[in-house]
Amino acid sequence: MLEVQDLHVYYGGIHALQGLSLSVPEGEVVTLLGANGAGKTTTLRAIMGLVRPKEGKITLDGRYLLGKRPYEIVRLGLSMAPEGRRIFPDLTVLENLLLGAYARTDTAGISRDLEFVFSLFPRLKERQGQRGGTLSGGEQQMLSVARALMAGPKLLLLDEPSLGLAPVLITEMYRAFARLKSEGRTILLVEQNARAALSLADYGYVLETGRLVAQGPSEELQASDLVRKAYLGI
Amino acid sequence: MATYLQQLLNGVTLGSLYALIAIGYTMVYGILRLINFAHGDVVMWAGYWVFFLVVLFRLPWWLGALCAVVLTALMGVTIERVAYRPLREAPRISLLITAIGVSFLLENLIIVLPWAGGRQKSYPTPGLMTQIYTVGSVRVQGVTIWVPLIAAACLLGLIFLVYRTKVGRAMRAIATDIETTALMGADINRVISYTFLVGSALAAVGGILWGCRYPRLQWDLGIMPGWRAFTAAVIGGIGNIVGAMLGGFLLGLAEILIVAFLPGLSGFRDAFIFAILIFFLLFRPTGILGKPMKEKV
Repeated sequence: MLEVQDLHVYYGGIHALQGLSLSVPEGEVVTLLGANGAGKTTTLRAIMGLVRPKEGKITLDGRYLLGKRPYEIVRLGLSMAPEGRRIFPDLTVLENLLLGAYARTDTAGISRDLEFVFSLFPRLKERQGQRGGTLSGGEQQMLSVARALMAGPKLLLLDEPSLGLAPVLITEMYRAFARLKSEGRTILLVEQNARAALSLADYGYVLETGRLVAQGPSEELQASDLVRKAYLGI
Repeated sequence: MATYLQQLLNGVTLGSLYALIAIGYTMVYGILRLINFAHGDVVMWAGYWVFFLVVLFRLPWWLGALCAVVLTALMGVTIERVAYRPLREAPRISLLITAIGVSFLLENLIIVLPWAGGRQKSYPTPGLMTQIYTVGSVRVQGVTIWVPLIAAACLLGLIFLVYRTKVGRAMRAIATDIETTALMGADINRVISYTFLVGSALAAVGGILWGCRYPRLQWDLGIMPGWRAFTAAVIGGIGNIVGAMLGGFLLGLAEILIVAFLPGLSGFRDAFIFAILIFFLLFRPTGILGKPMKEKV
């Protein structure tokens, strides 16, 4: 579904991504692992059109994404829950969710998806009239993911959804992701939390300072020495 | 008693003019962190559009005024498109200097246009506005009644637009986080154009009504109302739409009350207004309704 080929991104003089290639097949959960500064967020930002790569190719179902603006990319079927949640603090929970569906005009589909995200995160339903800024960190993360789902994406991008969350909330969050996966949704999940990500994903890539250093099915990566030492702390 | 009521009405009239103009400052600041110095000149242009259309082209007043609102709104959109959008990623100071440049351009355009020029023109005021209404012992001019009513209708429409419509939701979102609003699938250039459209349309209504209240036209007529409306936006909390309305009414009332009850000080009215501006910038830069401002990353 999504193909990234030989992606190069520079920030000023820094070569942040040095020829990254990855692919996300339809109906699968793919994870991109790596430490801080490895280039994970840069990869997602390049896919969404927020940074302009110097070289490379990105296609969604065969359509080129490079050079398109973020709102056009959303309309083609991608949406992202960005790093740091980035919810709109002055808008209510419901307004945040409706903004997620900004590009859509199918009223019936929007209300169906609203019901769906409320069933996925019942706490958001309870708090739908509250301002986003009054939510706890975990609830804000749920809102960020739910808002991205409201776009009705073919492919959902998640940027470190477990960052800064208590273990019990991480479990809750990943339970929701498992439900999305069981429904056949396609997800590209960026994580530092390799243990959680590999337990969910079908396939994984490991990024180090802008280069891929390993890739494979999740079970293989979980068993590999590199990942065990560097990311699972075993 | 009658005098109090009379002056109160005058204050509300002036305040509603400031409120209409202050909205444009506050909405643009909220999104671009730009003090749009050209905004007062947009107000002035609205008055001239009425002059061109009604006096030179002999349109009926109401039609001329309506067209003036549309033309002024499009002018605001064009200014953003041509002068501000190319500088969106540039340092704030470049944007600010450009805004000052646009301001001079709009003023000098009036001076060199053969139908306008540097000399005063008299503004076509419709009879409705100069008619005298007598309510009990209070005698008021049409403007004192119609200006607040028209302003209130516009401001209610604005509140509906901003708080109850999809594009309004995007306008509020974009004021806190442009990039994330783009991630929602909103074309941010379009949302910003809408913001300039709405802000300039309200400024146009303000300018047209200003002309009814003070019926002289000159190239510099937008400058002081612009600064006073900017002060109103700061008082209310810059970036806050309801705050701009509140600040406008408070400032209009304060100005009229000073002039009415301390006539010896009326020459200091602008000094007084700028003292308020400085006071707020020093002691409460976020205004009455504003929240502590976070720097955008």
